[in-house]
Amino acid sequence: MDPYLNRVLIIDLKKHSYRIEEREMYFKEYIGGIGAGLKLLKEFLDPKIDPYGPDNVIVFAIGALTGKFPMVSKTISLFKSPHNNFLGESHAGGRSAIALWQAGYGAIVIKGASQIPVYVNIDGNTVQFKDARALWDLGDTRTVGRIMRERTGRTGLRTIMRIGKGGEKLVSYSTVTTETYRHFGRLGLGCVFGSKKLKGLVISGKRSVLARNKQAYKQMYDEIYNLCLSTPTKKYHDLGTAGNILPLNSIKALPTRNFKEVTFEKAEVLSGENLATNYLGRRIACTHCPVGCIHLAVIREKYPDEPYFYKTSLISYDYEPLYSLGTLIGIETVEDFLKILETVEKYGIDAMTAGVVLAWATEAFAEGIISKKETDGLSPSFGNGSVYVEMIEKMMEHKNEFYKLMGKGVEVLAQRYGGRDFAISYRGNEMSGYHTGPAAHLTHITGGRHSHLDSAGYSIDQKILMEKKSITPQEMAKALFDEEAIRQVLSSLVVCFFARNVYTVDRISKCLKVFGWDLNEKDILEIGRKILIEKNMIKRDMGFDMENYYLPKRVLEVATPLGFIDPAYMKETVKYFKNFLFDKS
Amino acid sequence: MAELIRRIRRIKVLDSERCVGCESCMFACTRREGKASLESPRIHIRSIGGMERGFTVIICRACVDPSCMYVCPVSALKKRKVGGVKLDREKCIGCGSCVDACPMSAITMDEEEGKPLMCLYCGFCVDYCPHKVIGKEEVKNGSLPK
Repeated sequence: MDPYLNRVLIIDLKKHSYRIEEREMYFKEYIGGIGAGLKLLKEFLDPKIDPYGPDNVIVFAIGALTGKFPMVSKTISLFKSPHNNFLGESHAGGRSAIALWQAGYGAIVIKGASQIPVYVNIDGNTVQFKDARALWDLGDTRTVGRIMRERTGRTGLRTIMRIGKGGEKLVSYSTVTTETYRHFGRLGLGCVFGSKKLKGLVISGKRSVLARNKQAYKQMYDEIYNLCLSTPTKKYHDLGTAGNILPLNSIKALPTRNFKEVTFEKAEVLSGENLATNYLGRRIACTHCPVGCIHLAVIREKYPDEPYFYKTSLISYDYEPLYSLGTLIGIETVEDFLKILETVEKYGIDAMTAGVVLAWATEAFAEGIISKKETDGLSPSFGNGSVYVEMIEKMMEHKNEFYKLMGKGVEVLAQRYGGRDFAISYRGNEMSGYHTGPAAHLTHITGGRHSHLDSAGYSIDQKILMEKKSITPQEMAKALFDEEAIRQVLSSLVVCFFARNVYTVDRISKCLKVFGWDLNEKDILEIGRKILIEKNMIKRDMGFDMENYYLPKRVLEVATPLGFIDPAYMKETVKYFKNFLFDKS
Repeated sequence: MAELIRRIRRIKVLDSERCVGCESCMFACTRREGKASLESPRIHIRSIGGMERGFTVIICRACVDPSCMYVCPVSALKKRKVGGVKLDREKCIGCGSCVDACPMSAITMDEEEGKPLMCLYCGFCVDYCPHKVIGKEEVKNGSLPK
C-alpha cells in the first residue's frame, strides 16, 4: 500500500491552524479520490449549511494509483456548491495530483473562514498561512500565480491553485485555476475559496513509494504507458477535444445561438483543425501524462496607443469553451473567441456557464425581457465579441443588479426576469455542448454533478445514432447508471477520463495489486456502485430530488440527430435511474 | 590503429521545445529502481517561468572534462573514458561540492542517503519520452561523433 495516502491534512482557516490525521479505511476500501472524499465530506460537512458561510468544507483528494501510473493525473474536489446549493464536485489536473501525493497526503480538508485574505503554502508536513491581502483584487489569475511562484519553493514540482476576481466577488460559478491552464471548473469551488478568504493553495513535497515487486511494476507500467500513446487516446494530443466541432456540426448536434440551431455556418472557423493549423503555439501536459492534451493558442494583439507594439498571449482551448464562448453566442472569428476566453480566464470563472449566461442575456435582450437599463447601455447580439467582453467586465464590477445576478447563473436570472424557456440549464448547472439526443440531457439531469462528464450521455446518443437502434427508458437508465458507476472508480483512483479505455476494470485490478490492494473485478465494480449511491444519498440530505427537474422548452423545440426529445421518455428514464440508486440501498 | 569503441551513451536533449512537461522521464528514472517517485530522479524538467513559455530539460551531459570531478575533496568521482563520471559511494562524504560545481545544475542530493545523484547514462528515461525531446547519443572514447 501507500502509507502516506492514508494521511489527511485538516486545515482550519478560522484559527489558522492544522493537524494531520489518518483515515486508512477511506483509502483502503474506497481507493481514495471521490470514494474517500465523500466519506470525509460526510464526516466534516453538515449538508444543511449555507454554502457561502464559514461552515462550508472543501475536500481535495487523490487516489490509490496517483503517482504510480501514467494518466492518473487528477485531483478531485468536493464541497457544497454555491451555484446550485447541492453537492459540488469538480476535478482538475495540472500538477495538482502529483504535488499532493508528494506532499504526503491522500486528502486535504479545509474548514472555517479566515478573517483576512490568506494563501496556504503546504510543503510536506509544514503548513504556512501567508498574508494575501495584497493579492486580493489584483485582477489577473496569471499574475497571482506568478507572485505565489516567486515566494514558494520546489520549481517544476509544485501546484499553484488560485482564484481570480470571480472567486473574490463570489460569482457562484467561479473556478480555481491551477498551473495557469487547468481548472476546478464547475459548480463554484472558486466562490467557496472566495467566501473563505482563501486566495490560493501551493502544494509540494518529497514523498515517494516503493513497489512490492519491481518487475511486475515495470511490466504493468509499460502496458499502460503504451496504451496511453496509442489510439484512441492519441486523438487528445492531436487535435484535442476541439476535434469535436466538425463531427457534431455534421450530425446537427452542435448547439448554436442559445440552442436555437444545431449547426453553425462558421463551424470550420472554430474547428479544431483550423485552430491547430493556424493558432496552436504549444501543447503541454499534466504531470505524469504522456499524452499532452492541453492546446495553447497564440493570440497577438496590437496596443491601440502605439504603433508596432504587440502583446502575445497563450490561451488554452478545448471543445467546451469553443461551444459556450463560440458557437453558442455566434462568434465568427478565432480572435474574438480567444479574447472572450482570455477574459474568462483572467477572472477565473467557468467558461461553460459564462457562455450559457451570455447566450441567455442576448436572447433576453432581443425579446425585450431585459433592456439597456439592465445591460448598462450595451446591446448584446450574437456574434458581437467585444460586447461580450464588456459584459463580463461589468459583471465583475457588479455594475448593477442585473450584472450581479449574471454572476449567479441563468436560473437565477430567469427567476428574476423570466425567460426560463430558453435558459439552458439543469439543476442549477448550465448545459454542455451536446444536443446529440435524450441521453446528453439525461446525463445532466441524473448525473452527480449535472455535467456531461458524469455518464457521457452524448456518447450513448451517438452510439444509438450509429447502430440505428433505439433503447427503452429502462435500458437507457441502466446504461447511464453503469457508466456513471464505473466513472466513480476512475474518479477515486484518480484516473483522467481520457484514459477510460486504457484503465479497464481488469487492468485497474492488476495495477492495484502491484501496490498491495487485493481487489478483483467484481469488487471494483461494486465499489463504483457503492460510491455512486453514497454520493446521491449526500445529495438527498442536501434536499435534492432527482425527479424534480425542469426541461427547458427550447430543448424540446429543436430536433436532435435522434429526433425531438420526448418528455415522457425522459421522465420514465429518470424514474428508473432513481430506482437503481435507492431500491437496493 | 583501430579506434576503441565503447558502447556507452549519453543523454542528449534533442529539442526542448517539444517538451510537454509530463515528467515521464523523471518517473522513469526512479522506476528503474522500483520506486514511484519524483523525489530522486537524475533528470529534471522545469517550466521556464510559467507553463506558457515551455520547459527546460536538466540532465548530465557527460562532460569530457567534468567540473564536478575536480572539486571532489575525496576523489570519489572518477572520469569515464567516454566522458562523464562514476561515483564511488564508499569514498563519497556527501559534502555536495559536486552539486555546486556542475554548470548545468544536473546534480542533486539524495536527501535520504546523503549522497549525490549522478546520471548513469542508462538511457531508460529516453525510452519514456513520448515526444522526442531527449535521445541517446553514442560517445566514442571521450569525443562526440562528428
